[in-house]
Amino acid sequence: MHWLGALRKQAITRFSQVGFPSTHQEDWRFTNVQSIAEGAFAIGTPAPNTLSEAQLNELAGTADHEPRLVFVDGVWSAALSRLSGLPRGVRVESLSHAVLETPEIVSRHLARYAKYQENSFTALSTAFLRDGAFVHFGRDVEWDHPIQIIFAASGSEGLAIYPRCLVVVEERAKAVVQELHTGAAGRYFTNAVTEVVVSSGARLEHCRIQRDAEDAYHVATTQSHQGPDSVLESCSVAFGAGLSRHDVGAVLDGPGAYLTLNGLSVLSGRQHADHHTVIDHAQPHCESHELFNGVFDEQARGVFNGRIVVRPGAQRTDSKQTNNNLLLSKEARADSQPQLEIYADDVKCTHGATLGPLDDTSMFYLRSRGIDVREARKLLTYGFGADIVGRVRSEPIRRDLNRMLVDRLSRLPMGEMPS
Amino acid sequence: MTILEVRNLHATVEGKEILRGIDLTVSPGEVHAIMGPNGSGKSTLAQVLAGHPAYQVTQGSIAYLGKDLLDLDPEERAREGLFLAFQYPVSVRGITNAYFLRAAVNAVRKARGLEEYDPIDFLEILQAKLKTIGWDDSLMNRPVNEGFSGGEKKRNEILQMAVLEPTLAVLDETDSGLDIDALKTVAEAVTRLKRPESATILVTHYQRLLNYIIPDRVHVLLEGRMVKSGGRELALELEARGYDWTRPEAAVA
Ligand SMILES: Nc1ncnc2c1ncn2[C@@H]1O[C@H](COP(=O)(O)OP(=O)(O)O)[C@@H](O)[C@H]1O
Ligand SMILES: [Mg+2]
Repeated sequence: MHWLGALRKQAITRFSQVGFPSTHQEDWRFTNVQSIAEGAFAIGTPAPNTLSEAQLNELAGTADHEPRLVFVDGVWSAALSRLSGLPRGVRVESLSHAVLETPEIVSRHLARYAKYQENSFTALSTAFLRDGAFVHFGRDVEWDHPIQIIFAASGSEGLAIYPRCLVVVEERAKAVVQELHTGAAGRYFTNAVTEVVVSSGARLEHCRIQRDAEDAYHVATTQSHQGPDSVLESCSVAFGAGLSRHDVGAVLDGPGAYLTLNGLSVLSGRQHADHHTVIDHAQPHCESHELFNGVFDEQARGVFNGRIVVRPGAQRTDSKQTNNNLLLSKEARADSQPQLEIYADDVKCTHGATLGPLDDTSMFYLRSRGIDVREARKLLTYGFGADIVGRVRSEPIRRDLNRMLVDRLSRLPMGEMPS
Repeated sequence: MTILEVRNLHATVEGKEILRGIDLTVSPGEVHAIMGPNGSGKSTLAQVLAGHPAYQVTQGSIAYLGKDLLDLDPEERAREGLFLAFQYPVSVRGITNAYFLRAAVNAVRKARGLEEYDPIDFLEILQAKLKTIGWDDSLMNRPVNEGFSGGEKKRNEILQMAVLEPTLAVLDETDSGLDIDALKTVAEAVTRLKRPESATILVTHYQRLLNYIIPDRVHVLLEGRMVKSGGRELALELEARGYDWTRPEAAVA
């Protein structure tokens, strides 16, 4: 435990040096976190039993999954978690447990990828690291059953929550993980960090869904690290929180690594969601496909910044980035920024973005098939979300996510969505 | 009752007059071919029939099954049995073909006071339909027209037509870009879907398709006017001689 204490100390030192980012910093130009800095958020007394099973299921909005690892206000809940029936070689447990059981595995990975030196929120989160989720797939273990990790907020006013996840998929193993952040109501602040390791020849589908309360603040970093010939299919969904920011970093650190990085935001009211992604092609012969869609109604605001770095020597990189933004009202706004940094010459990198209201040609096409204006609008809007949901490979997650999408769209001013 | 009665139709787009006095009468059971070089206004006529809001009708009338077609919104026209196979089919992000087809069929059924199909029932109907036209279901779970080849898009239009069972189908260049095998499958499907009470308008600038679907009437559209009408032999003559001789000034000269 000694190293963990040292880590926290270094992180708090770092945070006190840099403090909260300001909009003068290029990376934070569109997202103002002053209200977090001045929000007087504090870690409270853990009360992991404040949510009943029924309340949790309601909040999670998912089918009754097993296994599931549940945290309430960042604290592991033994009562709500269900961890029986895990196959050999699959570990799903709280990080505090894993630190005691296998300190060598945890210390080899924890805080190695999401660097607190480089991101002040990561520093803050690491400084207050208390517990979190630990998922470990041993070599050659294949299990396509989704492991569900739920971080639920009880809704305590002014609470600061620092969720942490460490997912390690060893050589040639195959895993599916669903990470869900949710809360019913309340002004709280979540600052989450997830680290993902996909070793040589391994495969992981990681679907992260954020449906925090509308008054909540949600800041997160997800950092993945891939070995040779590994496959990572990652998805980041933002439906909730008044203000959210998700930094997604992916390092393709072995020849033949393959990444899909998808994302979806559906926002209304005065919600703001910022996705900053960095895909780092550190080795040759890697492929990345990035697709982010956003649906923005009322005064909602979306930000997408997609940075792609192709390191010297990362020849034969194949990278494609697309960002589609649908603006359903005149006051809605989206900012999209590609950032390509290419230091190798034999590469294929493309990017494209769209921005605007529903397309007239599509509207007419649907109407010419008998679908009225209202239905056509709903269908096309749903299509923006379904485009991402339909790419989720795991069927149980896809079904969950589709249900959540329909629910989220039904709360847009345009009215209920197709079933 | 005649299905379609177009009288002295004038239409503009962006203030530019494209259709300059069209007359056309289509009766049940008939197949009409509208031919003409690129830019003559064929697609404009098709879009005006379907009710595209970008095109303004400035003169003339269109009666469809005795109703004033111009009074109806595009969706109402579709529900009354008018179908347009687009020259450039539109892709619909995130919506699968199966979902889209069901949404369309249900919109029409709902408007007619019929019970809507649930996904399971509809799947059966769809399978039966595919069997009738001898096609497989490989396109069903892909988003509508997204990443489809040119031929797949055209086939998809015909599939929509098959499922919607229109009274008047307007096929805008459904043959262009198809190889001969694809052309035959499309033509066979169209022929098989013909009903005595329905009619078809084939818009094309090649005569090729008309080897497989025999038209009752052939019309030549040139610079927004119908300059010639005749039987099937007119198509063959156009094939052999081109369009220039049909120009009114050519007749004078
Ligand atoms: N939406 C539009 N906006 C501007 N011009 C158009 C539009 N649609 C058609 N036109 C013009 O109308 C004329 C006829 O086009 P079209 O009906 O597509 O011909 P065809 O289908 O016979 O090739 C062309 O000059 C074309 O440029
Ligand atoms: Mg045309």
